Order: sequence, then structure tokens, then C-alpha cells
Amino acid sequence: MSGPPLLEARAATRQLAEGVVLVRDVSLAIQPGEFIAVTGPSGSGKSSLLYLLGLLDRPSRGEVMLEGRDTARLPAAELAGLRLAKLGFVFQFHFLLPEFTALDNVLIPIRRLGRLHGAAARDRAMGLLAAFGLADAWQKLPEQLSGGMRQRCAIARALANDPALILADEPTGNLDSANAAGVFDIFERLTREEGRSIVVVTHDASLARRATRQIRLMDGVVVSDQAQG
Amino acid sequence: MRLLLDLARGMLTRRLRQTLVSVTGIALGVAFFIATAAIMRGFQTYFVTQIIDVSPHITIKDETRRPAAQAAELAHPDGAVLVHGVKPRDRVRGIRNAGQKVAILEAMEGVAAAPVLQAQSLLRYGSRDVSAVLTGLEPERHRRVSNIEKDMIAGRLEDLRRSANGIILGEALAWRLGIGLGDTLSAVAPSGTVLSMKVVGLFRTGIQAVDQGHAFALLKVAQVLADRPNVVNQILVRLADVTQAEPLARQIESRFGDRTESWEEQSANILTVFVIQNAIMFSVTGAILLVAAFGIYNVISTVVIEKTRDIAILKSLGFTEGDIQLLFLVQGIVAGLMGAALGCVLGALMIEGLALVRFGVQTPSGQGQFLLDRDVRVYLLASLFALIAAALASVIPARRASRLDPVQVVRGAA
Ligand SMILES: Nc1ncnc2c1ncn2[C@@H]1O[C@H](COP(=O)(O)OP(=O)(O)OP(=O)(O)O)[C@@H](O)[C@H]1O
Ligand SMILES: [Mg+2]
Repeated sequence: MSGPPLLEARAATRQLAEGVVLVRDVSLAIQPGEFIAVTGPSGSGKSSLLYLLGLLDRPSRGEVMLEGRDTARLPAAELAGLRLAKLGFVFQFHFLLPEFTALDNVLIPIRRLGRLHGAAARDRAMGLLAAFGLADAWQKLPEQLSGGMRQRCAIARALANDPALILADEPTGNLDSANAAGVFDIFERLTREEGRSIVVVTHDASLARRATRQIRLMDGVVVSDQAQG
Repeated sequence: MRLLLDLARGMLTRRLRQTLVSVTGIALGVAFFIATAAIMRGFQTYFVTQIIDVSPHITIKDETRRPAAQAAELAHPDGAVLVHGVKPRDRVRGIRNAGQKVAILEAMEGVAAAPVLQAQSLLRYGSRDVSAVLTGLEPERHRRVSNIEKDMIAGRLEDLRRSANGIILGEALAWRLGIGLGDTLSAVAPSGTVLSMKVVGLFRTGIQAVDQGHAFALLKVAQVLADRPNVVNQILVRLADVTQAEPLARQIESRFGDRTESWEEQSANILTVFVIQNAIMFSVTGAILLVAAFGIYNVISTVVIEKTRDIAILKSLGFTEGDIQLLFLVQGIVAGLMGAALGCVLGALMIEGLALVRFGVQTPSGQGQFLLDRDVRVYLLASLFALIAAALASVIPARRASRLDPVQVVRGAA
């Protein structure tokens, strides 16, 4: 792996006002097409790291560079724009908007970005739903979907604007093993076939082994960072 | 923007009942405003036209607002001397050079002027004495400044010229004297002069005070009776454009020096009452809208709290603080718009309902019903108020929503 990294953290530290350190001196570079699993015990700062990499939070010290550009001092609205166009989030909880159908949920980021309109936007959203086996469920409300379907719908929404990097925080935490394996199948496809990068936080060691690289955190510090598979 | 509207709709429909309650509140405020404004403005407009119709637009009096400058003050213009309690000199009262002033006024575009002499007199018929204000006038000029001709129920203004000492009485005054058309009464002036006068006409204005206490005669006759030859104590002015009354009155006063009052100044009492009426109307509607605004504030706040997760996810998806703020402002404005629209319809219905009301008694307007003013601007004003109230009510919760830190929410929910 070479070339300019998609995303790079340089000695990034996140410290709360009260002095609690969530993430300490983390330096790592994410190349296009990488499938990275982040593991570590509970409270080791995995989520905190993910929020930093996802531009949802800012480092107290150090830098987070997206495509070679330091983001730490960008105004909030610009960070939001970067999240909208280049990043995709998946959380343990699906966070679908309950009043909107599966299709409308996937359409929200597309419409906000405004690059695709009308039928084109709809086609893109329907294509994503179909890719995740939700073609027949597009007009269902989240409450009418099963847990696995909701999570797949949430992944479809994260992919809506064709992001280069997907950040997933225990996306399989609420799923049974079959559905969990299904989500990782999707992640494998997205990295191998579509060249996207994925950072996924997981507690499941066997799922973590399916990634191409595994980062272990302990007390906010990276204790190991190894390529695998 | 369409997206924000869709999101707003989704969030509001969740709280449909609560939303409808606050929308109804706004609607009631708007409707009451429209209906009361229709009644009040209808009445006030009628009243003002009535005043403009009946009374002279400008009255020039034989007084000055301030005592004439005294010699001592003229000698020390810098204020070294202060003169108190100036006693008016015993000069002949009346407007000086009245004829010349009338001519100057008449020369102005859209201005008609008429000199009159008003004097107290005692009218005696048989054994009855009634005191009345006798106005001496020149029929040809007076007709152009007054609508008294419209109120004549017997005889005409010119009939004053037909007999030597003609007099026109208010209908109620004639009743009190027990006199009829063609009869002759005695008019006694405070100076003691007595004139025999023949009743040549009767009028009814509908205003009691005028009908039972006023009489008209020729200017010359009134001057003879009052023993004030060639004296005029008022010049009545009527304008083609009433709105010019006040500025023109000020202009006349500064030019002639005589106290000059526009109809607005003469009716200041009533106009002040109108101001108070309007203030009450505005505060009552304001209070209703305030309560309704609290309702909206309540709904939006509840939605913000309920939708914490959705707000967090929208922000993580890339919605800016501005987007989120707008999203909730839009909800308030939508509620305000619905309330305004509903209120306009309701208000229009209320006005039509009021239009059907008939009073058992005759109102001053004589129609026995509400005088309603249907002005589109009132609807616009009420809707604007409603929108502003709704927008203001949603600003605070909208700001709170926009400041929400998605990291905190996502952490808590995970
Ligand atoms: N706002 C906060 N105030 C105090 N402590 C906090 C705050 N946010 C996070 N922490 C603490 O920081 C540490 C790191 O949290 P983080 O959520 O990143 O860990 P994690 O590895 O994701 O844990 P888990 O596996 O349980 O999700 C935890 O001990 C957590 O309790
Ligand atoms: Mg976590």
C-alpha cells in the first residue's frame, strides 16, 4: 500500500475539559481500499477515535488530515460538508428516522448534497437498497423492518453519497451472528470490489479477523497495528 | 429546502394533536383580531366621516393661543421680564379684517370659507323662554362649508333672505318653544336688544345638543341683535382634501395669528378614545397570540427533545447547525402559517356572522347593525403577527437543537 493516504491522524489526542484523556497520541494513515478493524476492551477509546476520524469530533492536539488537508481548524459547517460528501457513518443503533420509509431515509443525504435530483436520486437510493436485499422493502417504515434489515438500510444510507471512507461503530452489536456475518460480507465487498476504505469497531474477534488490518486500543493508546489475512 | 420541509412535516405529524392545538390557538388569535378590527375600524371610519361631514374642517376663532405680547416683553425679548396673568384688553371681540381673510382663504385651491357670528340669545315665544346659540351666516357662502342644507326638514337656507328677520330653528328647539313654521318669536340678546323673528325653516341633524340649542339667522341680523356691527367671531373652512386640514390650520394660524383649529383638534377627545380602543384591541389580540406562541414553543421544544437522536444523526450525516436551526424554525413557521390561514378563514366567517346581527334599537348610524370594515390589510397584518409570534416561539428550541453535540447523543444511545 502506497500513495497518499485517504485519511491520516497525526499525534491526535482527545482530552476532555476535565482532563480525562479519551485518545492519546494516535498516528495512523488509512489508504484507499483498506478494511480496518478496531478492537480493544470496553472504555479503551475506540468510539472516541472513530468520532475523530469521522470529523464528528475535533482533536485537542494533533491533526486529522482528510485527503492531505488538516481539518482541525475548519469551521463546523465545512466539516459537516466533508462528512456529507466523503464519509459514511454506521452505528450500533440504526438511527433511521422513524417517520420516513427505507427509501426516504436513504434519500436524505442524497437530497441534502443535491448532486443528484429526482429520478436519478431515486435510482441511486433504490440501487443501494437492492444491493442490500431491501428492494421489496423500500416503502416500509423502519419499525416494519427486522433488525438486520434496519442495519443494512443504515449502511445503504451511509453509502448514499458514494463516500470514500465508511466508519462503523459496532454495527453488528445488535445483530445475531448470521446477520452480523452478512454485514461483514458487505464490508468486504465494499473494500475489495469498490475500493472504499472501512474502519469498523468490533468486539467480535472472529469478525475482526476478516479485516485486512487490525488496530488494538488500550486506554486510548494504539497498542498494536497489524496487517492480517 | 424541500428536504427540510419534508423533514419538518415528518417531525410535526408525530405530535399532530399538540400541533393542532397550538395551530388552533394561533387561528383564534388571528380571527379575533380580524373580527374586532372590522368592528372597530368600521365604527371609527363611520364616525370620522360623520365628523368630517358635519363639522367644518377648519375653524378660525376670535382668540389667540397666547396672550398678546406685552410692551415690557417686547422691550426685553431675551426674557429679562416675565409678565403673568395678562388681563385681556377691553377691545371689541371678533376676528379682525375677517372679510379680507375670507377672501385670502377663498383664493386658495380647494378651500371654501364662510364668516359667522355665534352669539347666545334667549328665544321667547309666548310664555316660554329657551336659550340658544344663534349663528349668523351668509347662506351663499355657508352652503359651501356646511351640510346644514341636507338636514333641513322645512324651508331652505335662502329663505332667511325672504323675510326681514328670518330664523331657522332646530326641530327640538321648536318643540320646546312650542312654535311652528311661519310663527314669530322674540329674540333677546344679552345686551338687551330685542328682535322679532319669523321662523322660516326647521332642521334635524340627529345630534340632540344641536337640534335643541341652535338657531340660524342672517349674519347681518345676528350682528344687529348682538349689537356687534360688522363683527365676525368665527370663520368656517371646508377643504376638498380633508387630510390637509391640520397642516393648513397651522399655516393659517401662523399667518393670521387667530386661533385656528382643524377638525382633528376639535375632535381630539374622540380620536383619543379611538387610540385607546385600538390599543386595547391590540393588547387583547397580542395576549391571545402570546399564549398561542407559548403553545408553539411547547410543541417545538417537545419535538426537539423527542428527536434528539434524529438531530444527532442528521448532523453526523452532514447537516449543518444552520440546517438544523432552519428545520425547527420551519416547523414553527408552518404552524404559524396554518394558524394564520385558518384564522383568516375563521375571521372572515366571523365578520359575515356579525354582518347578520340586527340590533333592536337604532344605532347612531341608523342601520341597526354593525358597521364592518373589510380591509385586506387587516388580514395581512394579523397573519404577519401570527408568523412573527410563531417564528419567535421556535427560535429558542431551534437554537437548542442546532447546538446539540451529536457525539454525546450517539455515545448515550449506543
Ligand atoms: N463525556 C465524557 N465524560 C467522561 N468520560 C467519558 C466521556 N466520554 C467518554 N468517556 C470515557 O472515555 C472512555 C472512552 O470511551 P469510548 O466510548 O471511546 O470507549 P469505547 O472503547 O468505545 O468503549 P465501548 O467498547 O464500551 O464502546 C470511557 O471510559 C468512557 O467512559
Ligand atoms: Mg464505543
